[in-house]
Amino acid sequence: MRRKGSTRDRLLSRLVQVAFVGVLLTLWYLATAKWGVSHLLLPNPVRVYDELKDVLGSGEFIPDLRVTLTELAIAFALSSISGVTLGYLLSRSQYAIRVFEPLLAGVYSIPIILFLPLYVLFFGLGPASKIALGTTISFFPIVLNTIAGFGYVDRIYIVAARAMGASDYQLFRWVLLPAALPVILTGLRMGFIVALLSILGSETIASLAGLGHRIVHLAEAMETARMFAYIAFVVVIAASLNVIVTMLEARGRR
Amino acid sequence: MTSSDVAVRIRDVSHHFGEEGETHYVRALLDTSLDICRGELLCLIGPSGCGKSTLLNVVGGLLRPTAGSVHVGNTPVRGPLPREIAFVFQENALFPWSTVLENVVLGMVFQGVPRGEREQRARRALEAVGLADFAQHYPGQLSGGMRQRAALARALSLETQILLMDEPFGALDEQTRMILGEDLSVLLARTEKTIVFVTHSLGEAVFLADRVAVFSARPGAIKEIISVDEPHPRRPDFVTTEKFGALRNRLYTLLHDEIRKAVVESGQGARTVASHS
Repeated sequence: MRRKGSTRDRLLSRLVQVAFVGVLLTLWYLATAKWGVSHLLLPNPVRVYDELKDVLGSGEFIPDLRVTLTELAIAFALSSISGVTLGYLLSRSQYAIRVFEPLLAGVYSIPIILFLPLYVLFFGLGPASKIALGTTISFFPIVLNTIAGFGYVDRIYIVAARAMGASDYQLFRWVLLPAALPVILTGLRMGFIVALLSILGSETIASLAGLGHRIVHLAEAMETARMFAYIAFVVVIAASLNVIVTMLEARGRR
Repeated sequence: MTSSDVAVRIRDVSHHFGEEGETHYVRALLDTSLDICRGELLCLIGPSGCGKSTLLNVVGGLLRPTAGSVHVGNTPVRGPLPREIAFVFQENALFPWSTVLENVVLGMVFQGVPRGEREQRARRALEAVGLADFAQHYPGQLSGGMRQRAALARALSLETQILLMDEPFGALDEQTRMILGEDLSVLLARTEKTIVFVTHSLGEAVFLADRVAVFSARPGAIKEIISVDEPHPRRPDFVTTEKFGALRNRLYTLLHDEIRKAVVESGQGARTVASHS
């Protein structure tokens, strides 16, 4: 909105984006239909579309979707409750922040997915190991952002509120919470997304059910076209969830 | 001066930050005593780091002094006294997530004003500082001068006897400062408030104050108190009078030595001298 022609600029870049996807799809089609790429490696997009219609029409996807979303919901609930609570408690003391923030940040940088075999050993092949892994992975961005949100509120706001007589509760409700909320919401969005990724990922590695499990299963059965249909389905689900949490975050920030 | 005329009684207040021997040990204030009269506007002026803000925070109960005592009326100050004292800070201490009106109302929520009175009082205070039309704006949408007006409205709405202002116009440009100073003089002439105003600006001190307390360099103590015998509200052309000029020059002379001392101590002056030799 800075310049006059910006609406046109936006339209133009949107057009380029659409054209890019269009070119990719055309190349995909040509590769399978004209250039003789094996349909086991790359199925025809038209067949993928038919499979997708079948998957959606038959409702075959519902049990797997339910498993994955349940795992995600439980994992995210656990990590956001524990992450926000612990983050708030740690942020109350500068000493605790100094000690624990680098520690948590250090653990956050480890690829926790490497511990999946351990999780499977502890919690079995079922949803429990996915929930545990998703909770662990999403806990870190949430707790770290909560510490950052509550721990680094500009002191002048706290001093001003205290000078006007704010009680502990009033300080939390009217100063600390609104000051920290945008940062915490970002942490929750990041946590949600890594929970989704790690749950789908661990389903493809070792699992009994779920969308990730279904995709690997189809790959092993050489049903490549149906596998692609499922992948497309999961991409749409993941993208919509992403849009929803981003919108919620923006609304929370106001 | 009888004791009932004294709004704030400061006795032998000393304050240091850190402990002796530590690298960040600073003696900010040394044995400062002062009586602030009811209804006067007292300016504190002095070189950077001379402890004038420290003294203000001690009076407001935001800082416990290492030694000495402060009384507001007959109450010893041991913490914030939101019913007697309101603050206007130098930095922008408005909450950026709330509108101007919400900011003013929130101050009264903290102070414990009954719900029914808050909005009316907030609107009246915003009217008084000329921000009635900006009640629904967020602080980020206002200029620096308007933000300080809003901060002043928040402090006025609390209807305290004492107002402490810590370089409230410090971050503003000269013209905005001048206008705000004139408006403040008019506004405060109508109230009976006791005001302590920390500033760096000689002109601002003379224009606003009934008395100006000049601080010596660190550790700060009051070197001299100058009276500006001129009724409020002050007319803008007070600045052009001989009296104003004489008082300003007097302050300049008093301050100049202290400022040089403060600068040499902090090492800036030493470098300047070296580069000239």
